[in-house]
Amino acid sequence: MRKCSLTAIDTVFAEIAKSMPLYLPVDDSDGSASYRKWEEGKAWSEKLNTVSSPKDFFFPQMENLMEFKTEGKNIEVIDVRNETEDFAIFGVRPCDVKSFDVLDRVFLSEPVDSYYANRRAHGVIVSVACTRPSETCFCQTFGINPGEPCGDVSVWKTEKEIFFEANTEKGAEFLKKIDGLTEECGTEAVEKQREDINTIMNKLPLKDVTTEAFGGGKTMDFFNHPAWEELSQTCLGCGTCTFVCPTCQCYDIKDFNTGNGVVRYRCWDSCMYSDFTKMAHGNNRTSQKERFRQRFMHKLVYYPENNDGLFSCVGCGRCLAKCPISMNIVKVMKRIGGAENE
Amino acid sequence: MQTITQKQLIDKAVSLLESGTVSWVIGWEKGEFDYDITPAVFKNAEDVKEKFVWNDFCGANFSKYLIAQTGKCEGKILVFLKPCDTYSFNQLLTEHRFDREKVYAVGIPCDGMVDISKVKAVCGEGISAISCDGENLSVTTIYSDAPVLVKTEDALLERCVNCKSKKHVAYDELLGEDGDVIDSARFDEVAKLEAMTPDERFAFWQNELSRCIRCNACRDACPACTCEKCVFNNPNSGVENKAAANSFEEKMFHIIRAFHVAGRCTDCGECSRVCPQNIPLHLLNRKFIKDINEFYGDYQAGAEVGSRAPLVNYTTEDLEPGEIFDRGDLDA
Amino acid sequence: MNNCEETLIPKIGVITDVRIDTPDIKTFRVVTPDGKKAFDHRPGQCAMLSVPGVGEAMFSITSSPTNEEFMEFSIKKCGCVTEWLHQAEVGQQITIRGPYGNPFPVDDAFAGKNLLFIAGGVGLAPLRSVINYCRHYRDRYGSIDIVYGSRSKDDLLDYKEIIDEWATDSGVNVHLTIDNPQEGWDGHVGFVPNYVKELGFSTDKTAVLCGPPIMIKFTLDGLYSLGFEKTQIYTTLELRMKCGVGKCGRCNVGSKYVCKDGPVFRFDELDELPDEY
Repeated sequence: MRKCSLTAIDTVFAEIAKSMPLYLPVDDSDGSASYRKWEEGKAWSEKLNTVSSPKDFFFPQMENLMEFKTEGKNIEVIDVRNETEDFAIFGVRPCDVKSFDVLDRVFLSEPVDSYYANRRAHGVIVSVACTRPSETCFCQTFGINPGEPCGDVSVWKTEKEIFFEANTEKGAEFLKKIDGLTEECGTEAVEKQREDINTIMNKLPLKDVTTEAFGGGKTMDFFNHPAWEELSQTCLGCGTCTFVCPTCQCYDIKDFNTGNGVVRYRCWDSCMYSDFTKMAHGNNRTSQKERFRQRFMHKLVYYPENNDGLFSCVGCGRCLAKCPISMNIVKVMKRIGGAENE
Repeated sequence: MQTITQKQLIDKAVSLLESGTVSWVIGWEKGEFDYDITPAVFKNAEDVKEKFVWNDFCGANFSKYLIAQTGKCEGKILVFLKPCDTYSFNQLLTEHRFDREKVYAVGIPCDGMVDISKVKAVCGEGISAISCDGENLSVTTIYSDAPVLVKTEDALLERCVNCKSKKHVAYDELLGEDGDVIDSARFDEVAKLEAMTPDERFAFWQNELSRCIRCNACRDACPACTCEKCVFNNPNSGVENKAAANSFEEKMFHIIRAFHVAGRCTDCGECSRVCPQNIPLHLLNRKFIKDINEFYGDYQAGAEVGSRAPLVNYTTEDLEPGEIFDRGDLDA
Repeated sequence: MNNCEETLIPKIGVITDVRIDTPDIKTFRVVTPDGKKAFDHRPGQCAMLSVPGVGEAMFSITSSPTNEEFMEFSIKKCGCVTEWLHQAEVGQQITIRGPYGNPFPVDDAFAGKNLLFIAGGVGLAPLRSVINYCRHYRDRYGSIDIVYGSRSKDDLLDYKEIIDEWATDSGVNVHLTIDNPQEGWDGHVGFVPNYVKELGFSTDKTAVLCGPPIMIKFTLDGLYSLGFEKTQIYTTLELRMKCGVGKCGRCNVGSKYVCKDGPVFRFDELDELPDEY
């Protein structure tokens, strides 16, 4: 483990930024935080987390997949893929690091999504422990320990110092860049922080939310649950929950006529949207109840069924904080998850 | 702290349900914490007694829900309306969006609703309880032994800081005292934008709208956005889009929406309240309201049912397009 | 980067023949620009066809894999992409990618079995591939019965092929029907489900159904009343798809993705899925 003084953090950023773009949570003018590219004068946000999740680095909200040129009856397909440059994302919270596992299982399973794989291969994830979780946090429900950040490099920030530990080869490479700015150290301060975080975790209001009732093979246990109607009755059908969610991964592919050719792009889509499953001749989910149910069934039953029991939620709490009607996965789990969640 | 109590509302809802006057009640349901309140449709008195809440976090405007819910409910629906909600209610009636006969509207006074992000700006994350203590919110967090006091006045939603009316413009029954239309400072922020140079103003919106994630929450919460099929959801429209291709499109979505609701927007502020990225979207709509007031005389959408809005009502006194153009020129 | 494979990036296909099948269905023959088949497939699998600037959509490959020269797609006009295709002329290029989905179990569950194919309207399109495959390897299967119905004689897909080739094969029994009497039609008149019951098939068959939901529903009832089990009836589903490889989330029903885990399902498998297809 290595450490440096917190006052040296900007020097550390500057050193890294010499060799690769470095992104980190920065305060926005509205008081929230979002990931921005570090440059002189940009300060690491004190906020617990960003409104939008870092999934955007690997699975951007909008990206061009290919281009077409057409001439008469002929078409030319233009492959616009380029090798991404190495980049680092600093300050990723442990819940969000876990979300990359969830996304990996979708995008890196055969056939591999080369767009995602390319960015994933070039991104270094520097994760930081959470010392002041919010009431909306429930990562421990999914077995995540906020005192134990993972990613390529783990970081613990104390009042005066910042501690680094590499977890992967990529992480070790990364730490080498700042070798001259850090010093070898013991783990006492980090141990202490882990204990403090544990104590806090036991005080969190959502600490007892459990996934026990859910998981693969339970489709029919929940699909016809009468509570879906009640839970979804005031859902606006907007895409806020899906768009702020670090694990939601549905997308749309569309063509855009530039006047000078056609760009085929993909963008985030939402199962909450009324046209998500609409075909030219019908729609298999016509009510908001069905669309609402799809989102939660996917996270709590369908995804785990296909992915060795891993849930497609990391308890980051973004949907709790951002849903316009304050409806969210915790309310769903408590309402339909049976006695364990009462 | 609300003048009217939760008990009064629950008693009213229960008695109307039990007397058979109404079949359903649209109200606020308590959440996991003291502030994450969900709009809910209560279908029996037991649920109302158990789950109905009324406190400083009941911001949701229920008017738009009446479109869907009146279509589903056999009998009448009780809806609680804060003064600002009644303007949306009237505007939707003007646009024939729901059947008035199927609604029993109870007007309730409102002392302003709280913006949880403003509370968190003072006391941070980790809120375990919030109670109303006269003029203050008493906030307990897992990080401090003693509750932190936040002045309610300092934590109100923007639309409540600039409350335009404490007067109910529609109801079947009123609980408590009615208030008055307020000569608020709501156009001051618009005036500030107008005072900017075009470049400054562009930079202002560029910064704000760059945070947009196109989640459509503003549109879906907006009581003026009630198209059966929004042009942005219609694959045949040619502008269907779920992500902004560039910063131009980002702005176009909001500008088109603002144009579409111009003259119909009551300035209820739901767009800004629900925006996950805290974009002050209401300022676009409020600019239109200010312009309409200045060009055609004061007009408040939803103040009465059936009024013809200036933009859809030609009179010979109307400003000529040239005059508006010239004025725009001066603005620039 | 550009060397690594990417399923979303399509190949070019050239339309080399357009056959007008019915007033709203055309069959398109597609090969690569150098005149070859774009890729191999199994009966029941699908391909993503696209018209750049218009959109991309999933279609079942209606030609049999045993056809080594080209692929065919029978396409009903009912949306942007299909409307555009219906206006396309021979020589037009489109894009093609695939094959996607699970095929009919022609080499295992179907092997040695008596087969009963039941289709309504454009529902014959996905079955044509498997029917022709089984006809090609005729000795691997028992008897083949084909019940096919449409609104009218003019709406019967592949009519010429059915009459000239299928009906003349030994051991292949073709039973055609149309919804209402029509001049020049001396065959059976009536809906497919009723015709299936009238024909009264014995249960020593493996059945494959494809057609409009209402036809599927009543035909299933008919087959059950004849004593068929869910485990001997197959169908092929159609939902909105974008990626074709189980990632975009659109055709997710229960824990299955129709594009990847389907489109071919056995009815007992469908019982395990929520009724959302």
